[in-house]
Amino acid sequence: MKGAKDKWLRNDYEKAPKRDIRFTTISDLPVEPLYDPTDLEGFDSEVDLGVPGQYPFTRGIQKTMYRGRLWTMRQFAGFGTAKDTNQRYHFLLQNGLTGLSVAFDFPTLYGRDSDDPMARGEVGKCGVAIDTLTDMETLFDGIPLDKVTTSMTINPPASILLAMYLVVAEKQGVKWDQVGGTIQNDMLKEFIAQKTWIFPPRPHIKIITDILDFCTKYVPKWNTISISGYHIREAGSTAVQELAFTIADGIAYVQAGVEAGLDVDSFAPRLSFFFNAHSDFFEEVVKFRAARRMWAKIMKERFKAKDPRSWMLRFHTQTAGCSLTAQQPMNNIVRTTIQAISAIMGGTQSLHTNSMDETMSLPTEQAVTVALRTQQIIAEESGIPNVIDPLGGSYYIEALTNKMEAEATEYIRKIDEMGGTIAAIENGYQQREISNAAYHYQMQVEQGIKTVVGINKYAMDEPVPIPLLKIPDEVEKDQIERLENIRKTRNNTRCEDALDEVENSAREGKNIMYPILDAVRAYASEGEIVQRLKKVYGEYRDPAYL
Amino acid sequence: MNRKVRILISKPGLDGHDRGAKIVARALRDAGYEVIYTGLHQTPEMIVEAAMQEDVDAIGLSILSGAHNYLFPKVIELLNNEGMEHIVVFGGGIIPDEDIPTLESAGIAKIFTPGASLESIVKFVEEKIVPNAAQRG
Repeated sequence: MKGAKDKWLRNDYEKAPKRDIRFTTISDLPVEPLYDPTDLEGFDSEVDLGVPGQYPFTRGIQKTMYRGRLWTMRQFAGFGTAKDTNQRYHFLLQNGLTGLSVAFDFPTLYGRDSDDPMARGEVGKCGVAIDTLTDMETLFDGIPLDKVTTSMTINPPASILLAMYLVVAEKQGVKWDQVGGTIQNDMLKEFIAQKTWIFPPRPHIKIITDILDFCTKYVPKWNTISISGYHIREAGSTAVQELAFTIADGIAYVQAGVEAGLDVDSFAPRLSFFFNAHSDFFEEVVKFRAARRMWAKIMKERFKAKDPRSWMLRFHTQTAGCSLTAQQPMNNIVRTTIQAISAIMGGTQSLHTNSMDETMSLPTEQAVTVALRTQQIIAEESGIPNVIDPLGGSYYIEALTNKMEAEATEYIRKIDEMGGTIAAIENGYQQREISNAAYHYQMQVEQGIKTVVGINKYAMDEPVPIPLLKIPDEVEKDQIERLENIRKTRNNTRCEDALDEVENSAREGKNIMYPILDAVRAYASEGEIVQRLKKVYGEYRDPAYL
Repeated sequence: MNRKVRILISKPGLDGHDRGAKIVARALRDAGYEVIYTGLHQTPEMIVEAAMQEDVDAIGLSILSGAHNYLFPKVIELLNNEGMEHIVVFGGGIIPDEDIPTLESAGIAKIFTPGASLESIVKFVEEKIVPNAAQRG
């Protein structure tokens, strides 16, 4: 076969005219015009691919994949007050959503109450405002927590929101061993990319290991971390960097758990991942397959995990927000569809599809309905889910999977040489790699080397703009009133005592989940709990790397 | 002799999405301007303080969280209180078109929305911002 491809390249391909573009992935990995068996020398499908549900899981985590059960359709949603968001949840569930995903506003993400000076203008604007348990109870009103799983995109105060969720379940009469869901709780990628933080890195890691320990004992169906590449990619990284930095973060968490005295097989099965589904279709499919194979090898060989569930990289995917354009917003429906298909062909366990209006605002009901229908049409009409790992065995896919694994492994080796992920972050390594990649891509767009339809090609005078969701300023006022009322009517002695216990436990290095649960039950606010922790752990300042 | 134009690029409020701000800062630096990037989580007070300390001619504000209607005019208000009206304030991020007229009447010189080219931002700085405008009275 080698002879045939070389001959074709020399005699047919090279002489013919080509389009005047660079043939690379969006991440600048060069791709050949054609792949054939000669690109897979040494490839052994039994070793490198295996079968679904078995090491190294290249073809998928579950034995039956989507034949057994479709991916969870889990749309990230939240805005305004808990009541507003509860309404959106019911709307989505009635329209076929199969799992909930909570978007919190910026004050909540940063552990600040709605009346905090830095919350001014931000309350309810890019997610739901949650100050106390009361808001959480309203958020899940009419939603049985033993029947629905919930993912919460929350990082520095994840312990507090988890505690609130568990107390809501408690009040519904649902036992904690029946509660399923995820907290993002991935602080390493915060310092690298998403930038929501409160304390410096090491106290945050300690809180994460507290959560691992607690959930292992009491909430066995809970995914304790959603080790994320999504935000790393959104900040401008390449696909290889997204893969490498995410896996490196995962390595650091496993290391931290083990160093905290936990048995790796006790917590590793409940670590989960979260990737971006970006625009270069095949590069993304390959990234997901490489991720599974890499994690399986790392867990088995590096960490000597024995339980096969510890080797499995289970992941959620979100289509790439950064690829959408404000210009000609309906084009975003097309982008999201292509990206969603790559995630499904890549074997994702759950999926969020972006709405067309999200470059300008949170989604309207109409826009999010189209996004949900996108998943449903792929599921029901396209036939794609009916064959497991349908692109497996493609010469291109397997060659690129190998290449991506090799490139990502090299990054991880570099990070190990620096002393590991945390040391690399403290040196600004990942942050600088990402901002260089982001700048490089922007230059390519400005120079027309990379095309964005509607921006540097096929731009047009804007047609009539689409309707956008507006968050009224009254939300802030309403939320602050509610908070003030709770502070007046709760048992403040009980609350203060509970907060004291949070602070003491933090100071003494004890597991803070237990006192946080008590504080939450006493209707302490998120900000009040965080204030006590700040006294012990300090605050982190942005090093402002350019 | 004219010194180089000095620009402060800042992220007011809690929004942590700094990809755009950092790219704009770098592009302006590459175009020859002196750029100071404050980093995240700046209050309007901190921004105005930094602008004074760094003796800048312009401030670029980036915000994607929807809090621009409060934070941008607040920066202008504080600059005016300090007698620093000569500083040109521009901004960008996720800002719906319908909010732009209000921001402009509050004193924001220009808003760059998603899809704006770096070229257009550099051009704006070239044409609209002069060094040491305060000293020119």
